[in-house]
Amino acid sequence: MSNEKKELCLSGTGVTKVFGFGERKTVAVDHVDFSFYSGELISIVGESGSGKTTLVKMLLGLISVTEGDIFFMGQKRDIRSHRKKKEYWKGIQAIFQDPFSSYNIFKKIDAVLLDCIHMRGGRGLSKEKKIEMMTEACRFVNLKYEEMTNKYPFELSGGQMQRLMIARIFLLKPKILLADEPTSMIDACSRATILDMLMELRKETGMMIIFITHDIGLAYYVSDSVYIMERGKIVEFGSANEVILNPKAEYTKRLLTDVPKIHEPWEFSKRKRPMTQEERFSSPQPINIEV
Amino acid sequence: MGKVILEVNHLSTKYITRFGEGVYAVNDVSFKVEEGRSLGIAGESGCGKSTLALSLMGYYFAPLHYIKGDIIIDGSNISNRHPDDVRKNVLGNEIAYIPQAAMNALNPTQRIIRFIEDVIRAHNPKATKGDIYDLARERFEILNLPADTLQKHAVELSGGMKQRTVIAVSTILSPKILIADEPSSALDVTSQKMVIKMIHDLMELGYIKSMIFITHELPLLYNVTDDIMVMYAGQIVERGSADQMIFDPLHPYSKGLMGSIIVPEDGTRDVKLTAIPGTPPNLKKPPDGCRFAPRCKYVKPQCKTASVPFEELCDGRGSRCIIPETELREAYRNEQ
Amino acid sequence: MKNTLRQVFRSGKFVTGFVIFSAILLLAVIYPIISPGNPLQMIGLNSFIKPGTYVSVYDSLNTQRTYTFKLPGAAEKRIDSKLSNEDRLNIKDYLLRFGLPEEAVDIEQTHDLLALWWNNYDPELRLGSTIAENRYFARLDDKLAGIFESEDIEVGELDPDTGEYVRKKMVTETDYVNVSDVANVIRLPLGTDNFGRDTFRELVSAIGTSLQIGLIAGTVATLIGLLLGLLAGYLGGVADDIIMFFSNLFTVIPGFVLLILIAYSIDQSQRGVTTVAIVIGLTSWVWTTRSVRAQVISLRSRDHVNLSKLSGHSLPRLIITDILPYIASYVVMAFILQISSGILAEAGLSMLGLGPKTTDTATLGLMMDWAMRYTAHISGAWWAYYPVVLVIALVSFSLNLMNTGLDQIFNPQLRD
Repeated sequence: MSNEKKELCLSGTGVTKVFGFGERKTVAVDHVDFSFYSGELISIVGESGSGKTTLVKMLLGLISVTEGDIFFMGQKRDIRSHRKKKEYWKGIQAIFQDPFSSYNIFKKIDAVLLDCIHMRGGRGLSKEKKIEMMTEACRFVNLKYEEMTNKYPFELSGGQMQRLMIARIFLLKPKILLADEPTSMIDACSRATILDMLMELRKETGMMIIFITHDIGLAYYVSDSVYIMERGKIVEFGSANEVILNPKAEYTKRLLTDVPKIHEPWEFSKRKRPMTQEERFSSPQPINIEV
Repeated sequence: MGKVILEVNHLSTKYITRFGEGVYAVNDVSFKVEEGRSLGIAGESGCGKSTLALSLMGYYFAPLHYIKGDIIIDGSNISNRHPDDVRKNVLGNEIAYIPQAAMNALNPTQRIIRFIEDVIRAHNPKATKGDIYDLARERFEILNLPADTLQKHAVELSGGMKQRTVIAVSTILSPKILIADEPSSALDVTSQKMVIKMIHDLMELGYIKSMIFITHELPLLYNVTDDIMVMYAGQIVERGSADQMIFDPLHPYSKGLMGSIIVPEDGTRDVKLTAIPGTPPNLKKPPDGCRFAPRCKYVKPQCKTASVPFEELCDGRGSRCIIPETELREAYRNEQ
Repeated sequence: MKNTLRQVFRSGKFVTGFVIFSAILLLAVIYPIISPGNPLQMIGLNSFIKPGTYVSVYDSLNTQRTYTFKLPGAAEKRIDSKLSNEDRLNIKDYLLRFGLPEEAVDIEQTHDLLALWWNNYDPELRLGSTIAENRYFARLDDKLAGIFESEDIEVGELDPDTGEYVRKKMVTETDYVNVSDVANVIRLPLGTDNFGRDTFRELVSAIGTSLQIGLIAGTVATLIGLLLGLLAGYLGGVADDIIMFFSNLFTVIPGFVLLILIAYSIDQSQRGVTTVAIVIGLTSWVWTTRSVRAQVISLRSRDHVNLSKLSGHSLPRLIITDILPYIASYVVMAFILQISSGILAEAGLSMLGLGPKTTDTATLGLMMDWAMRYTAHISGAWWAYYPVVLVIALVSFSLNLMNTGLDQIFNPQLRD
């Protein structure tokens, strides 16, 4: 996967965010440089307090940038007026961590999807057409529109809510999707569904996905490139295989040794013996086949 | 076989909601934990694993209610004892319990040594301040916690330190069994490793004889425990050694759960994650027959009606599925 | 919405408060309709007339029909009301001189007292120390002798032709009259106040006015508080700093002192009900502002607000659909408390003589003020102030009860 052929989609130079003044000054994001190419799936990995969520909010234009520049599609980003912001948000959208707080509990689900159709300039469409679009979006995430319509968000499960968030992205078809820990509040069994849908969406629309996570395993599993953040700084970045299998930065190395693993030994594991290559790649295989 | 430390027979408990409905969160659960072994409990949120942890203490308060079953710790049954008796003589002494947000339970206005005094005095009112301090200091040093932590307030400690302090305080009386409910889920991986190291040390040094560890993070569970139980909708659906459960799950639900494991290791990128469609049943009115049947890929007509017993298999394994083992293995192999 | 209402009406505290408040409100609305009249009309010519039903003696004599009843104890009651305390003491005095032991004479037991008198009085004995006293005892005996006799009363009428009084009819003293047959009856359930105004009618009208003051003051305070709180919380930065500066200023200066100063600086003739209500509202927005601000700050960073922004919604729409509904329950609760404190503030101001001008309306505070100035408590005219105190207490109790009930529903920490 060579980046030269690809179009530069979102990049930043010296992006910094400082909260507070004087004594109570906190540098949440510290002179971060990045260049994301269109169609890529990038993971930003960091533990709590690494500034990854602050970076996301700056990329989304929800909070101001203290210092540095963000470039969108090769141009310097200009979101000074509400209209320009609205235009920017047609190109960049997000899925947040907690599906339960992502919805306005006073609004029906239809309103969320209708907003997306309206944002894409579909305000004048007939009611039938709108319903058709919403049905299609729901079908994409394996939900039935008939079961969703006229319901309030609290009537859905966490997994369903997060799928509906993906349906929203399906309707908006932005160039960039920022997924801020979209699976951390969801059960492991539903996690695969959410990830599959994101991959499907990427395949269909060719959008770039920026995946924010604290789970280095998840980052390795889903992404092309990985950025590791520590205390507001990007300490290492590169292709997923490079960073995870051959870490250079101390922090990445430590992170990787501290994460409990299955096939490789872990420091305080009950099982000290490392798995053989054969065992590792043949699993999951029955260990005792006698019945 | 080692000495059985904890034996649970047909334990059932329920919650009673504000509207008087019963939520049957733990349903006919039986298992044994031997000395020196640790048992892991895995499952989706809402499967009853945390409720089971609460129920094991034998200390019931609204909205949790006891229905039936026995909890036998080292030969003595605690399920039919008076709550005050349990609180005074069992908790801390025989069982230590660490909930997920334990680190937030420390009163910020008290020094750590005060909590230790409280724990020890609850069981031995005559203990002197000096004795308690010496004991605490010794224990903290063995567990690699700086002794000056004793004189600090909870707010001065980081999240990981707080959690380790809580574990040290709650095991100060060397209980027979430690029940840890997601003790490291709220922490970052480095602090998580420190917490695990401490639990590991407690076991190695014999301060606790056995442990029940509850988490939804399967790689962690695999590394920490000897045996794993998978819970679904208030019931145990499968039980086996950690290796068996992670690499060779039998029950279709465990199979799905193990297929969702992600670890940063070479080769994992090529494995397709499995997903289980649907949502767990409502425990106010669990379905007849197998509770997993509505979401099961391998479901058969009789699954929805027949009652499914928990069957013991060879090697100390057990599973709750009416489809024969050979048939399941055949189906799994064909999928690969 | 429907669910919330159902939940609200399941709360015992809220329902109790609501019932008390509705009863008071209904009284204030319905009473003036069924019995119209100017609440400040001075009907009594003397002050502090006792509660009761008053009939004109003339009218009762002139009614078409009279009735007689056989009522047990009627005679005793009549004697009771005629035999003055002084007479009783004199009877006792005589009986003691006659030689009866003190404990045998009980001036409260009319029947026994009279029996003792008739058994023991002898005009020949002349037990009085002076002639005048002996004569007095003789007169008393005559009076007591006539006490059981009933005399007929002659009702006369002036004949227009002859110019002479003609006997129209005879009425016995023991006759009864149906009150509804009497032309001029006035019922004063709570008597009159110092100006001779019907206290009950005045009280009902005062409840209405005070509630109006509470409502206006509450609305003004809540609107200002909500607006400033939303601005400070949502915009943050300099706007927040400025608003917080003023709100801190208002917090340190006691609100009531400020209220007194403002009320004092407005001329009495300018101080209408609305003016006073607005002044109260203007001094009590601070706590609403602070709490709305705190709520908005925590809401501002919630994901649903971010998502709404990303959907391109404008700021006003964001505030109306994504912020206001979340704080609505809280604002309603604050509003209820503001009404209650508005009513109390008016009462306080009026008792200091800084309430609305006294000529055209009655308020609960003004009624307390009048009762205090005309020393109702010294004259024993409890009806002029006890009912007012009770109403003030009930109104603020019911509103606070409603607020507590709502708090338990909307604040999950207080749920049991």
